[in-house]
Amino acid sequence: MNLFRTALILAKKDLYSELKTKQILTTQIIFAGLVIVVFSFAFDPANNTTKAVIPGVIWVIIVFAGILGLNRSFISEQRNETMQGLLVAPMEAASIYLGKFLANFAMMLVVELVSIPFLFLLFDFKFLGSVPYFILVVFLGSFGFIAIGTFLAALAANSKSSEMLLPLLLFPITTPILIGVVQATKIILTNVEKLSSAIAWIQLVTAYDVIFFVVCFLLIDYVLEV
Amino acid sequence: MSMNLEREKAMLPGTPLTSMKSASLSKILFAGTVISMLVSLYFIFIFAAEESTMHAAQKIFYFHVSSAWLAFMAFFVTFVFSILFLIKRKRIFDTYAYVSAEIGVVFTIIVLTTGPIWARSAWNTWWVWEPRLITTLILFFIYIAYIMIRQMDGVWDKKARLSAVFGIIGFADVPIVFFAIRWWQTKFHPIVFGDGPSQQGGGIESSMLVALLVTIAAFTILYAYLLQKGVSFEKMKFKVEQYKEKLREELEK
Amino acid sequence: MIEIKKLTKQADNKLILRGVDLSIKKGETVAILGPNGAGKSTLLKVLATLIKPSSGLIKINGLDLKKNHLEIKKLLGYLPHSSLLYDHYSPLENLVFFGNIYGVDDVEQRAIKLVKEVGLSFFLNEPVKNFSRGMIQRIAIARAIIHDPEILLLDEPHTGLDQGAISILNNVILSMKEKGATTLMVTHDFKQAAEICDRIIIVKNGKIVDDFKIENRNLGFVSEKYELQVEGVS
Ligand SMILES: Nc1ncnc2c1ncn2[C@@H]1O[C@H](COP(=O)(O)OP(=O)(O)O)[C@@H](O)[C@H]1O
Ligand SMILES: [Mg+2]
Repeated sequence: MNLFRTALILAKKDLYSELKTKQILTTQIIFAGLVIVVFSFAFDPANNTTKAVIPGVIWVIIVFAGILGLNRSFISEQRNETMQGLLVAPMEAASIYLGKFLANFAMMLVVELVSIPFLFLLFDFKFLGSVPYFILVVFLGSFGFIAIGTFLAALAANSKSSEMLLPLLLFPITTPILIGVVQATKIILTNVEKLSSAIAWIQLVTAYDVIFFVVCFLLIDYVLEV
Repeated sequence: MSMNLEREKAMLPGTPLTSMKSASLSKILFAGTVISMLVSLYFIFIFAAEESTMHAAQKIFYFHVSSAWLAFMAFFVTFVFSILFLIKRKRIFDTYAYVSAEIGVVFTIIVLTTGPIWARSAWNTWWVWEPRLITTLILFFIYIAYIMIRQMDGVWDKKARLSAVFGIIGFADVPIVFFAIRWWQTKFHPIVFGDGPSQQGGGIESSMLVALLVTIAAFTILYAYLLQKGVSFEKMKFKVEQYKEKLREELEK
Repeated sequence: MIEIKKLTKQADNKLILRGVDLSIKKGETVAILGPNGAGKSTLLKVLATLIKPSSGLIKINGLDLKKNHLEIKKLLGYLPHSSLLYDHYSPLENLVFFGNIYGVDDVEQRAIKLVKEVGLSFFLNEPVKNFSRGMIQRIAIARAIIHDPEILLLDEPHTGLDQGAISILNNVILSMKEKGATTLMVTHDFKQAAEICDRIIIVKNGKIVDDFKIENRNLGFVSEKYELQVEGVS
C-alpha cells in the first residue's frame, strides 16, 4: 500500500534525523528526569504515602515530555518550507499524518522506556502489580495521546505561537484518556485485586483511541489542505 | 475592472431587501426574547413553589440549567455548521459556527458561576467535582481553544477550515468526557444528591418543572436572537472590509 | 499539456489572480515575467497544488487538477523560493528521501548522478546547512527533478547563482527540454529568459497582459515588450 510505504519513509526520515541531532529525545529525557527530581522534592520518597502519587507522576512525565516532541514534529518542517516539499509529493495527507504519528510514537516509547524504570528506581517502588497490564495501559494511553497530539500539532503549526497553542488544544481534548489511564495505572500498581475495573478503564481508553484515530484520519485532509 | 463593476451592480438590488428582512426578523426575535423572559420571570418567582430549605437561592437553578441547555445547544450548532462548512465552503456557515461558539462560551461562564452559588446554598461548599459541572468546565476550555484558533493570523478560509475541524473534534469529545468523568466520580465518591445538583432525577415539583421548561424556552429564543444579531454584525464587518478593499483598488488605479 | 481557464484566486478580499487563461503545449519552455506582487508565484503555487484556486478550471495532461491530484503531482517538479531541503541532511540523503517518496527506482544512483550534474559531487555527504546560497539552489534544482518530471515549475531559479551555476542550471533545463519536458519559469532575468525560453508571458496585477513567442534569443524584443506593458501604459 502506497499510504503505508510513504508513511514509513517519512517516519524513517524523522527518526534518522533525530538519531543525527538527538535534540528532541535528549530534551525529552532530561525533562522527564527533572520532573522526577522535582516530584521527589514535593513528595518525600521515603514516605510510604508517596506510592499513591506514582501513577500520577508517570502520566505527568508522559504528557509533558510528549508535548515537547509533538511541538517539534511539524515546526521542524517549516525550516526551508520542507512541508511544501511533502505537500507537492504524490502522497495522501493521511500518509504524512501516519508517518509523523509513527515517529512521535516511537520517540515517546523510548522516553517511557528510560524514564519509568528510573522513576521506580528513585522512588524505590516495589512493583507488585501486573507487568503486562501495566505495559498495555502505558502503550494504549501513549497511543491515544500521541495520535490526537500529532493531529492537533499539525493544526497548531499554522499559528505563529503554536508552542503555546498546542497544550491548550490538546489537554481538554485528551481528558478522557488522562482520567482513564491514571485510574487504570493506579489500580494496576497499588490495588491489583480490582483488576476488573482497571480493565473497564482500559476498554474506555481503547474505544477513545479507535474513535479518535479514525476521526483524525478522516479530518487530516482538511488540516493539511493548502 | 469591468467584471467587478458588473458584480457590484448585480449585488445592489438584492441587498436592501435582505437587510430589511433580517431587520424585521431581528425585531421579532427581540420582542420574543423580551416577552418570553418576562413570562419566565413570572413563572420562576411567582408561579413556582418555593423550595423549603433553600428559599430564594433555589431560583438560580432555573437560570443555571437553562444556561447549560443554551450552551450545549450553541456548541451543537457550531458542530453542525462546522461540518456544513467543510462540505460546502460557504463563508456564512463559518460565521454561524463562530458566533454560536462565542455565545456558548459566554453561557458556559454563566453556568460555571451559577453552579458554585447553587453549590454554596445547597451543599455549603463552593465547588463540587460533579460530572456535569466538570464536563462544562472542560467544554469551556475546549471552546476557549476554538476561539484561540480563530485569533490566528492568516486568511479567513484557513482559520475557518482549522476551527471547523476543531469544532468537530471538540464536540465529538464531549460525550466521552462526560462518560469518563461520571464513571470516575461514581467509583470514588458516592453521589449524595440523587442524580446530581439539578435533581431532575429526584422528585421535582410540577410547578418547578413548568417554570423550568418555560425558562428553557425563553433561553432558546434568546439564543436565536443573539445568533441572528451576532451573524448580522459579522456580516456588516465583512462588508466594510469589502468596501475598504474596493476603495483601495480604486485608489491604486 | 497545461490548460488554465478563468483561474482566480482570492485571499480574504484581495484578488491575487483575476481570471487567468493560459494554454501551454507539451515541450514548450515558457518564461513568466512581471513586476513584484503581480501574482506569478501564486500562479505557480496553484499549478503545484499548493494553493487552491477560488474559481476556474485547470487541466494538466487532460486530468482535472482537483480530482486527480496524486497522478498530477507525479508529473510535477516544483522549485519555489525556498530550497525544500532538510538542513542537517546531506545532498545525497535529501535526494534519496525525496526520490523514495516519489518511488524512483535505483534512487541512490540517480541522486549521485544528479549531484554530479549540478557540480557538487565533492560535497555529496556534507550537511546542507553548511552550504552557500548558490550551492543550496543547485541541490534544490536537483531535488526538483529527482523523479524526472514532465513539467517543471521554477520560481526565480536564477537568483543568487554565479555565472557558472547559471550555465549549469540552463543546461539542466535544456536537457530536460530535449527529453520533452515542459517548463514554466518565473524570472526577472530577461537575458536568461531570452536565452532558453521560446515563449514569454507577462503577468501584471493578476492577469496575463501579453503572451508572445520569441525567436533567435531576441533580448531587445523582450525588454521592449515588457517596458510597454509594465512601465509604459499604466
Ligand atoms: N497568503 C497570502 N495572503 C495574502 N496575500 C497574499 C498571500 N500570498 C500572496 N499574497 C499577495 O498576492 C500578491 C501576489 O504575490 P506573488 O504571487 O508572490 O507575487 P510575485 O509575482 O512577486 O511572485 C502579492 O500582492 C501578495 O501580497
Ligand atoms: Mg514571487
